[in-house]
Amino acid sequence: MNRTLALVVGGVIAVTLARLVWPDVTALLHGVGCEAAQGFGRLVGNEAITNYGCRMVGGLGITLQLVAISVGLGVVLGFFVALVRLYGGPVSSRIATGYTTFFRGTPLLCQLFLVYYGAGQFRPALEAVGLWTYFRDAFFCAAFTFTINTAAYQAEIFRGAIASVHRGQWEAAKALGLRFTTIMRTIVMPQAALVALRPLGNELVIMVKSSAVASLVTIFDLMGTTRLAFARSFDLSVYLFAALLYLCVVEVIRRVWGLAERRLTRHLSHA
Amino acid sequence: MTKTVGLIAATVAAMLAGAGIAQAQQKEWKEVRIGTEGAYPPWNNLNSAGKLEGFEIDYGNALCEKMKVKCTWVAQDWDGIIPALLAGKYDVIMAGMNATEERAKRVSFTTTYSRTPISMIGPKSQASTDISPATLKGKAIGAQGSTIHANFLEKYYKDAQIKLYPTQEEVNLDLKNGRLDYVIADKLALTDFIDGQGKDCCKFIADVKRDPTIHGPGVAAATRKDDTALIALFNKAIEESIKDGTHKKIMDKYFKVNILVD
Repeated sequence: MNRTLALVVGGVIAVTLARLVWPDVTALLHGVGCEAAQGFGRLVGNEAITNYGCRMVGGLGITLQLVAISVGLGVVLGFFVALVRLYGGPVSSRIATGYTTFFRGTPLLCQLFLVYYGAGQFRPALEAVGLWTYFRDAFFCAAFTFTINTAAYQAEIFRGAIASVHRGQWEAAKALGLRFTTIMRTIVMPQAALVALRPLGNELVIMVKSSAVASLVTIFDLMGTTRLAFARSFDLSVYLFAALLYLCVVEVIRRVWGLAERRLTRHLSHA
Repeated sequence: MTKTVGLIAATVAAMLAGAGIAQAQQKEWKEVRIGTEGAYPPWNNLNSAGKLEGFEIDYGNALCEKMKVKCTWVAQDWDGIIPALLAGKYDVIMAGMNATEERAKRVSFTTTYSRTPISMIGPKSQASTDISPATLKGKAIGAQGSTIHANFLEKYYKDAQIKLYPTQEEVNLDLKNGRLDYVIADKLALTDFIDGQGKDCCKFIADVKRDPTIHGPGVAAATRKDDTALIALFNKAIEESIKDGTHKKIMDKYFKVNILVD
């Protein structure tokens, strides 16, 4: 009990501190990125990148926020949907299956337009329940759509990972008289996490790239700022620069994921 | 002796053929061929009978009457409209052509005869017609991306929330949906929306003051660079037509709005 209390208090303090320094951190990062982009533009002698590099780095920040929010929330929602699919009743598991089928089977852009312009059509209803203030905001619409989209994919990843844990493990744990939550937390999840890790990394990478569709609903993410830069400068190299930035982000994720996997599977490697 | 001089003169004239013809014609233009696109109503278009009609056809004929020249019309695809002028297929272009700097490098432009208004529209509930940047601070203004309107917003409305969309339809839809407080675009294009889809939700708020450095000088007729006399003729006729109301009369026949604003 004391441990839980300490965790909660510690968490609250950590979040408060993070929120206090967050603006400074992002401002600092943006400043550094800004300088770097302009420096790169001057280095390669490209006026368009020098002029718009700063905005594009700012756009990259928006892209990263969108992806972090949607994938972060998507993990929670996806895990929940996976559990419903595996252990829910006949009705709820079918609903969960329908949800993953729909969101994995339709284009993300289509989903985004359905939410963004669809919400506009239902404005009176949304206003009545007080949700319009959220759906009015393009960033919210994009984060919302990306969350439910990635949650559908992640649900399938989790479901597959959990299902991959051998039945014998369950039977043994039950024979020991362990509760469902305990089995899940201490026996099944650690093994499923290893299986899920690689596809989750792929999903994160895919989200980074797919998030570019947000630029079509007025969001100035990396793609949005790049389109703006191109419209002004008519210089195709801004797209090349954007591609380079996306590539860098994906490369960082790939390496971090490699490290995480090495760490988590260290008990499997032969020294 | 006189014969030889005459021969030499003729040879020199022949050598200067291209310029010579232009020089000779600059003294007196009796016939002017005007090229137009014929696919841009209501400015100029080919009707079902295969005849050219539209604002520029009527207006061009009125100008020719003032200049006391005989005019013939030639329809030419947009992509080749400047090359065909330079190749001498016709002498003037009147095809809703904006007098941009880029084009002015290859052709000469007359006085502009159209500067279409640029407007802001908004929801019906908007009572104020004040669209100054100070008033619109923090408001959501929508425009189509990659257009002069987007550039205009970036220059003058820095403190507003500028929202850029791939197409004008999406901008209009988001105004209808209530995400935008204002939409800026060409008034002619917006008129269709306000009279149709946006009839119940939206209305014109005010016209925007044009900035030539962003919006360009406007629509003008174009000639070859060396046809200075022809440009002078057209300039005079255009100025006259604007003064004596000929321009307005023809404009009112084709447009619901004033297409020659300051």
